[in-house]
Amino acid sequence: MCLAVPVKVVSIEGDEAETEIGGVRRRVSVALTPEVKVGDYVLLHTGYAIGVVDEVEAKETLKLFEEIINLSEVH
Amino acid sequence: MKFIDEYQNSELAKKLAQRIAGLSVRSIRLMEFCGGHTHAIMRYGIRQLLPETIEMKSGPGCPVCVTAIGDLDKAIALSHSPGVIITTFGDMMRVPGSYSSLQQARAEGANIRIVYSTMDALEIAKASPEKSVIFIGIGFETTAPTIAASIVKAEKEGIENFYVLSFLKLTPPVIKALLGLGEVKLDGIIGPGHVCVITGSHPYEFIPEKYGVAYVISGFEPLDILLSINKLVEQLETDRPRVEIAYRRGVKPEGNRKALELMNQVFEIDSADWRGIGIVPQSGLKINKEYQHFDANNAFSGLLRSACNDRPAREPKGCRCGDVVRGAATPPECKLFRTACTPEKPVGPCMVSSEGACSAYYQYGFL
Repeated sequence: MCLAVPVKVVSIEGDEAETEIGGVRRRVSVALTPEVKVGDYVLLHTGYAIGVVDEVEAKETLKLFEEIINLSEVH
Repeated sequence: MKFIDEYQNSELAKKLAQRIAGLSVRSIRLMEFCGGHTHAIMRYGIRQLLPETIEMKSGPGCPVCVTAIGDLDKAIALSHSPGVIITTFGDMMRVPGSYSSLQQARAEGANIRIVYSTMDALEIAKASPEKSVIFIGIGFETTAPTIAASIVKAEKEGIENFYVLSFLKLTPPVIKALLGLGEVKLDGIIGPGHVCVITGSHPYEFIPEKYGVAYVISGFEPLDILLSINKLVEQLETDRPRVEIAYRRGVKPEGNRKALELMNQVFEIDSADWRGIGIVPQSGLKINKEYQHFDANNAFSGLLRSACNDRPAREPKGCRCGDVVRGAATPPECKLFRTACTPEKPVGPCMVSSEGACSAYYQYGFL
């Protein structure tokens, strides 16, 4: 139920957007994410984009994994 | 970046688990609130990666599982009403009610359609103006704004034959109820990432403040979950329980303002009946006065009342779903698990739902 997957926004028309994931295209509502832009990834839940994925934070988290692991290897 | 594969690296996962093992001294008990996390934890074998000091419990974060059986009975009763089309998420179909299920009702001739989205339900309503199209509104804060958006859209487009039977539930009040109950002593909670995309992190501040319990909001890939467990262990080892977001690519402290606005526009807070927990004050959403013409509880009140009075709700005998959603029992502790209750012939919702703990234990085995 609370499943949401990141999909890429290909085009936007009013409060709907064309999205793509793994070659599959789907029309979704962006009524809950008015800030969305073409090229953004959104979290898709039951046909609605519920949030825009923050790319900067996504990369920070990946860096954090490395940092934590390096930290434990130093000890 | 696709924001999925990057967070599934098994080498990194093993190293993260080693880091957790090195850090964890105190014995602690954590609960993953969300059934999506339960399934990911089982699927990726995360419990097996953790040290013996960390005990994991599954929580009530499965909307299908916590829908009270009496509420399901109402949906089934409505489905038999002439001129009605029931639209529902697929997981609800096979959940046994007190006397029947939506699947059985459909076999008996009721018009019940599985939809992926409330937008599909609106399309059905537009295509069948002579019918009353009722959407069974189950879910938490993740789903509530999508249902609110569909009601606002129905209002805007003048779709007058669309109704919602709201069993929507809110997560902070039920966490409060469980912690207040004190039945399962918890040190930390893995917070439901997609709920928090909507709510943000602020509504959960009471958890460390009032109960001294650590709370880390997590994504759903294996590295996300391990990162969250790492943060929980760090907090608990240093005696500094607090609210942290480990799913920063999705969750902002303030949440999704537009989604929260829509929820406030359409719903008001009400008590809700949770399977296994009972009535929890202020833990549900009902449609407010302004939008009451979309409220199935309102439009079909007579029918719903008589259905409840005619045949009282009764739980399936021997089913421990109610204990499982509180974390008070594990699925294998239920005598029916894998014997009388299987995915093919489920007795309770925890075996039916793709977020149910029994379904996860059945699919991925258990320790």
